[in-house]
Amino acid sequence: MTEYQNEKVLLQPNRPVGVIGYGAYVPRYRLPSTEVSRIWTGKASMGPVKEKAVAGLDEDVITMSIEAARNALLRAGIPATALRAVWVGSESHPYAVKPTGTLVAEAIGASTHINAGDWEFACKAGTEAFVASMGLVGSGMADYALAIGMDTAQGRPGDALEYTAASGGAAYILGPADQALATIEAAYSYVSDTPDFWRRAGQTYPSHGQRFTGEPAYFKHITEAGTRLMKELGVTAADFQYAIFHQPNTKFPQRVAGMLGFTPEQNKPGLLSPVIGNTYAGAALIGLTATLDIAQPGDRILMVSFGSGAGSDAIAFRVTDAIEERRNKALSTADYIARRTEIDYATYVRYRGKLEM
Amino acid sequence: MEIPRHWRLKKQRYALVGEVCPHCDARLFPPRDVCPECGGEAKQPYTFSGRGEVYSFTIMHDAPTGYDEQAPYTVALVKLVEGPVITAQLTDLGEQPVEIGMPVEMVTRKIRQDGDASGLLVYGYKFRPVMQQ
Amino acid sequence: MREVVITGIGQVPVGEHWEISLRSLAARAIQAARHDAGDPEIQALYVGNLLAPTISHQSNLGTLLSDTVALKGIESWTVEAADASGAAALRMGYLAIASGFVDTAVVVGVEKYTDMVGPRLESAVSQMTDYDWEAVEGLTPTAQAGLLMQRYLHEFPQPRELLGAFPLLMHANAVANPNAMFRKAVKPGAYAGAEPTNPPLNVYDTAPYADGAAAVILTTPDRAQAFPRPLVRISGSSVVIDRLALHDRPWLLGFEAVSHSLERACRTAGILPTDVDFLEISDTFSIFAPLVLEAAGFAPRGRAAQLAAEGIFNQDGRLPLNAMGGSKGRGHPLAATGMYQVVEAVQQLRGEAGASQLPRARRGMTITLGGPASTVVTHILERRDA
Repeated sequence: MTEYQNEKVLLQPNRPVGVIGYGAYVPRYRLPSTEVSRIWTGKASMGPVKEKAVAGLDEDVITMSIEAARNALLRAGIPATALRAVWVGSESHPYAVKPTGTLVAEAIGASTHINAGDWEFACKAGTEAFVASMGLVGSGMADYALAIGMDTAQGRPGDALEYTAASGGAAYILGPADQALATIEAAYSYVSDTPDFWRRAGQTYPSHGQRFTGEPAYFKHITEAGTRLMKELGVTAADFQYAIFHQPNTKFPQRVAGMLGFTPEQNKPGLLSPVIGNTYAGAALIGLTATLDIAQPGDRILMVSFGSGAGSDAIAFRVTDAIEERRNKALSTADYIARRTEIDYATYVRYRGKLEM
Repeated sequence: MEIPRHWRLKKQRYALVGEVCPHCDARLFPPRDVCPECGGEAKQPYTFSGRGEVYSFTIMHDAPTGYDEQAPYTVALVKLVEGPVITAQLTDLGEQPVEIGMPVEMVTRKIRQDGDASGLLVYGYKFRPVMQQ
Repeated sequence: MREVVITGIGQVPVGEHWEISLRSLAARAIQAARHDAGDPEIQALYVGNLLAPTISHQSNLGTLLSDTVALKGIESWTVEAADASGAAALRMGYLAIASGFVDTAVVVGVEKYTDMVGPRLESAVSQMTDYDWEAVEGLTPTAQAGLLMQRYLHEFPQPRELLGAFPLLMHANAVANPNAMFRKAVKPGAYAGAEPTNPPLNVYDTAPYADGAAAVILTTPDRAQAFPRPLVRISGSSVVIDRLALHDRPWLLGFEAVSHSLERACRTAGILPTDVDFLEISDTFSIFAPLVLEAAGFAPRGRAAQLAAEGIFNQDGRLPLNAMGGSKGRGHPLAATGMYQVVEAVQQLRGEAGASQLPRARRGMTITLGGPASTVVTHILERRDA
């Protein structure tokens, strides 16, 4: 069977689309990585991030998505009833069966003529919903769609992931490009069956392939997606003001940025993992909100997510004149990051329900 | 299992949707069939802004079933800017002490689960100290 | 309208009666009252109870309790008004006799709190709040008292420990009451030094829930001619409700239903509130005492605790309050509390209160609260000399 030749490699809908509104959410609590190491190694030493954000007792992906979506609606300036999709991507949906999307839709005041199924693709569940939203709007089936990446990720106690698995994420409303604060030039997704990290149904904590999560998974898929997107668009890293990558820790996004030709300055506004940890399905998307919070009209931004299992979505944006007037209509990513209460490991264990009673 | 009960009230619980009385313009929360101010029929939906201030508060250690796992928590009477006073938990307090008169804003949070770990999750309004931009 | 008198009274000591069942508790009080009355023929039994359907999985107490005390074919049902259920049952008995439809009735208030243990009890009691808008937020009656006290101290600033004047008085008064649960006086410093339980409340601010049953026999004076001891008449009776949820009250601290209920009962009795010699009020939570006294006009707003500290409400004061311990000293058997207040008032009026006997007791007033004055039941009782 010969390979099918796509007419176009890039994902570009017939009707140009863009970001109409965006919103972040990070919970209040922070667990320093020194706390994790104090408990598990006996020494309080810095881990792969300085500290991570932890959801409170009354928070979950549903509640956090509601707030991020409300922020996005404030910036979008459209009624919630205009949305035709409310799509939440996460690996910590509160229900295994019953979509997060329906509750979020109800809470924000969406109508009943929506699609609201949940998305899962590990850390790229949110950008997967984002790409689907591009299609829904770009095809003309809908004028507006809401795509959210949000997580309250868990690491097994004592596992390396416990230093970084964090809570947070972001919401995006996509619509016609002529109403956008950032238009979408193109997307490109690169997916393969790569078992770097997984969680079997019914298991509480995930398992991972240790060092296998690096080269064959994270770096391979991000570089493939990012390289191909830039090649098809006829651009290089120098043509972008900013770049955001999936950020499971501090070092990986810095390294992959360099591999794709980006400087540390380009990655800086979107690099949040040192202060909030790895927000999984929210990670690339919240790096993007932090970038949009400071970007100027005309800036070009590249975002490349990564989800274990595995795949990457590379998306190129161009910021419009509308950004300045719209971005101050809701709390910024920095506002959430600044809201901070440090907790210890015992409090963290209680909040995240890790005590078997 | 109290499914229909919570489902009936989801708009009120998730988004503070109350009523405005068409006769006397009173803002009512929760919605009622009869306006307590003027006695007329009140059935027009009105979504509250979620802004208000703490009117009184207490810290609960001896919590009822379903809430005992969250204890201690703070319950307050919140006076909404539009007039009505409602009962709600305060959340996201951090180290901030609670004071009567403190400005607060509504957030939608998990209130409890209905029964055990297989039961429905009940979401509703709580209030947190206003987050400034 | 006929005159209504109380002949027999009966009560079980308040406590955690693990070995005594709901029906047996009620039976003991009912039988004691019947014997005290000279075993008259009974046409009706009115039951005041709040928690039996939830805690004991038992409803239709009217039928059950009548059956338990071998009252066959009579009129009987349960009256419910939160923890004023027993007092509201008395109102029912009063109406039945006064109307002429019933000649002799038993009224019993009974609560079996200890048929269940754990946080489910707090949930059961929270049913008396507005479930959809108060209880679902995790509010309990204790939390309501906390909200009231917090606001009271904000609107009427005074030293926190001053509010201890009421619990301290209650415990002192309970020492001589053989039916009270707590019979040890409490040292003054204990209140100020007490750890908060549910801030701002401490352990002395909450009357503990318990089991109890108390009953009276109601009849007309002509049927009580042979009654050997002083008769007590019910000269005033009223039930008034307020907005159920605290957050719906126009003024949180108003306890308006108290003023209205008091006013109506006094009007029926043809008296002024100051014409009573002693008061029995529901101090379910310590903050209720100042709120009730101030709403009733017995103290200026914000000043009741100060007056209590000055001794105004002591047994030898101007207006003795809860002379046999109130809810804090007696314990709070919920629905039964109102009937304990009446039984104790009758003991005072008859001169049978033993070491707790007030020197001047010709007319008394009971003010029973359902929840935080969501329902208020007021009765005026006076000695009926021939």
